[in-house]
Amino acid sequence: MLEISGLTKSFGRLPVLRGVDLTVGRGRVTAVLGPNGAGKSTLIKAVLGLTRPDAGTIRLGGVPIAGPGAAGHAHRARIGYMPQLAAFPAHLTGAELIAMLRDLRGAPAAGDDPLVEALALAPHLGKPLGTLSGGTRQKVNAVLALLFRPDLLILDEPTAGLDPVSSGVLKDRVLAERAAGCTVVVTSHVLSEVEELADDVAFLVDGRVRYAGPVEALLRETRQTRLERAVAQLMRGAPAPAAEAAA
Amino acid sequence: MTRLLGYQVRNVLRSRWLAAYALFFLLVTDALLRFGGDDGKVLLGLGNVTLLVVPLVGLVFGTTALYEARPFTELLLAQPVGRGQLFAALYGGLALPTAAAYVLGAGLPFALHGVPSGHGASLLVLLGAGALLTGVFVALAFLVALRTDDRARGLGAAVGLWLALALLYDGGVLLLLAVFGDHALERPLLAAMLANPVDLARVLLLLRFDGAALLGYTGAVFARFFGGPGALVAAALLLAWVAVPAAFGARAFRRKDF
Amino acid sequence: MRAEPLVAALLLAAAGGAQAPATIVVSPDGAAPGAVRTLGTAVRRARAGDRVVVRAGTYREPTVVVDRPLTIVGEGRPTLDGEARRELLHVTASGVTVRGLRFANLGRSYSEDRAALRVTAAGGCVIADNDFDDTFYGVYLADVDGCRVEGNRFAGRASSEAASGNGIHLWSSRGVTVAGNRVAGHRDGIYLEFARDCRVERNASEGNLRYGLHFMYSDSSRYVGNVFRRNGAGVAVMYTRAVEVRGNRFEDGRGPAAYGLLLKEIGDPVVTGNVFARNTVGLMVDGATRLVAARNRFAANGWAVQLQANAQDARFLANDFAGNSFDVATNARDAAATFAGNYFDAYRGYDLDRDGRGDVPHRPVRLFALLAARHEPAVVLQRSFFVGLLDASERLLPTLTPDAVVDARPAMRPVAARAPSPAP
Repeated sequence: MLEISGLTKSFGRLPVLRGVDLTVGRGRVTAVLGPNGAGKSTLIKAVLGLTRPDAGTIRLGGVPIAGPGAAGHAHRARIGYMPQLAAFPAHLTGAELIAMLRDLRGAPAAGDDPLVEALALAPHLGKPLGTLSGGTRQKVNAVLALLFRPDLLILDEPTAGLDPVSSGVLKDRVLAERAAGCTVVVTSHVLSEVEELADDVAFLVDGRVRYAGPVEALLRETRQTRLERAVAQLMRGAPAPAAEAAA
Repeated sequence: MTRLLGYQVRNVLRSRWLAAYALFFLLVTDALLRFGGDDGKVLLGLGNVTLLVVPLVGLVFGTTALYEARPFTELLLAQPVGRGQLFAALYGGLALPTAAAYVLGAGLPFALHGVPSGHGASLLVLLGAGALLTGVFVALAFLVALRTDDRARGLGAAVGLWLALALLYDGGVLLLLAVFGDHALERPLLAAMLANPVDLARVLLLLRFDGAALLGYTGAVFARFFGGPGALVAAALLLAWVAVPAAFGARAFRRKDF
Repeated sequence: MRAEPLVAALLLAAAGGAQAPATIVVSPDGAAPGAVRTLGTAVRRARAGDRVVVRAGTYREPTVVVDRPLTIVGEGRPTLDGEARRELLHVTASGVTVRGLRFANLGRSYSEDRAALRVTAAGGCVIADNDFDDTFYGVYLADVDGCRVEGNRFAGRASSEAASGNGIHLWSSRGVTVAGNRVAGHRDGIYLEFARDCRVERNASEGNLRYGLHFMYSDSSRYVGNVFRRNGAGVAVMYTRAVEVRGNRFEDGRGPAAYGLLLKEIGDPVVTGNVFARNTVGLMVDGATRLVAARNRFAANGWAVQLQANAQDARFLANDFAGNSFDVATNARDAAATFAGNYFDAYRGYDLDRDGRGDVPHRPVRLFALLAARHEPAVVLQRSFFVGLLDASERLLPTLTPDAVVDARPAMRPVAARAPSPAP
């Protein structure tokens, strides 16, 4: 679904991505992990088109979306993005924000997303976003990402700031989307959450992919039962197991 | 794009600082009309306030708004929308309501108290110049904010720009004039006035209120300029001062890594 | 008024000859009983005191010399056409009245002062209610005594100073009244040279290439209630004594050498109750002695008053200065003039004793005005923040400003229009 090859990016003289190769399988949930400064967010921004890579290509469903031959922004209609920080125009209401994104995407005004009800968001949609609590704004954030039934869902620390109930609702919804064929890329510091959601793991260190493959394969190769332990072992700099690229 | 602009405008129109800004000009103008003496002086006083406050507010509002909108801008950038369109919506969404707040705040008291007779056209020139100055300085603010990721440094640069263009520039020109007073300075001086948007707006006002004096100078360059197309040239250059920084801002926005 | 007894006397003299005054009719087709076809024929046939009635139509004939006292009256505004090459009427006798005619099409001349209506060495003429269209010089009076030029309209087509004449031109004359005329499109609207005891009243002189009113060596004359507007150089009064300028409007004299009113080498001028508006220089005082300027209003001029150092004992009393770029400018720090009780909109003083006069002196010459006088292009910095700073520092440190020009107790409110102008 998403093929990244040879992706490099430097900010000034600081190299952040040093040649990332990664394939994200269709209908799978891939967790992008790695220590701070490993290049996770730059990688995600490159996929979203927020950052222009210096070299390398990104393809979405075989179509180049970054690098040589990439053109336009129409493909972004297939992507849903939930940023880590839920910051919205303070004086618009949630309903207006949803209408705004509908206008932007030219999407038909389909009925309310079930997530609105599941997250008990309806009573808040008429209030200015600046008056909502951080948790409520994060719920709006989640709705915006899922509203348009994307083929590719990118979640940046999705459950940060959500209460446990809402967090569970969101995770259920993500798994449901996956079941419906949606490809999901997620970053998270909460490894139990990754364990719960992810089929595959891509582990970045210093701008390179140290490991990419199914979670079970990683556990098997590191001879661990918990992802947390396995990741710790990867971070300690143990020689990377031969990455079995996800099918 | 117009829809996106509409949401941006709506968001800005509901903000408290915009209301405060309009109220500021409302009170200043009202006070000038009540206590400012006869006709022309009101407009001249308002002109002085405009030349100082509009650039400062444009710069501060512009940089602050862009820094604050940064996370949401990233969300919008991930939507199927061109960066050029997005920039236009962000810029227009701030510059238009801010200019409208100025025109409304400064203009409404005249609607209530009446326009001083014979000064209707001057009032229009003043309000137009203030609106254009808003456009200029919001564009410059965006340019600064896009080039500087650090918010404190960006705000500092914006205020520095204001100091330079609105306050110090003319002092420097005056100083040069005193030092090189023996040389033919008409042309460089005129060029210096046309190079600074604040001076351009001031020249538009000068042509309304001091046209007689401007024509008194014996130099041919001045006579040709101020006796002829001066107002048109100044207005056109002020428009260019909106368009050029906005174009550079759009370019920086298109190329920027967020 | 003073012409009429003279006319009456002449008529009496004529009547004493033989017959009562007769009326001769001129018409283009000579149709009426006893009518003639040309004005020249009529004048040659007429006897002193006769009345010549010119019927509507256009007349093209050699210059008519009026050498006897006649009253020439147009009916239905007949046109005398100069065919772009000749003068139309030349009056050489006293007691001639010309009324209701239209003079047209004199063409241009670089060599002669071609005039539609010339009066030479005559007295008591009346020139009233005539139209002068494209007439180079309109009315030209030389060595004339006690004439009235009244209620005429002059529409010139002057395009360059060299190829243009004056609307009303007086030379070496006395006791002439020029009143209620409208003059436009000439070199000088109204021109007086060596004219004594003349009155110029209620005229409107606009859009002339050089001066709206130009007079030299014309002592003891009065200029009252005229409007001078959009003339290339405004109004110039030169080399004259005892002139009175009262209740006029001097407006829109714009350009590097344009003045509302230029006083040059004038003794004892009185300038009262006038309005100076939107001129590059409202009042230029260059070598005047004992000027009295009172109750004038200076509004929206570039420089309201320019005082050259050679002006002596000028006094400015109860004038209003409002909306000018510069109120007073001098070409030297020691220029001296008395200012008392004037209103300045730039005054920032206060009036604690509430007597209507400010308690702190006002110095109307700004430091920036001196700077702009030295470095002329600096004018474009007017109303900039820095010039405002300069003005503010002047108020804190009055020593920066020339002390010679100071109004010790300026008026707090406009005063010029508050009381009627001093009696003439």
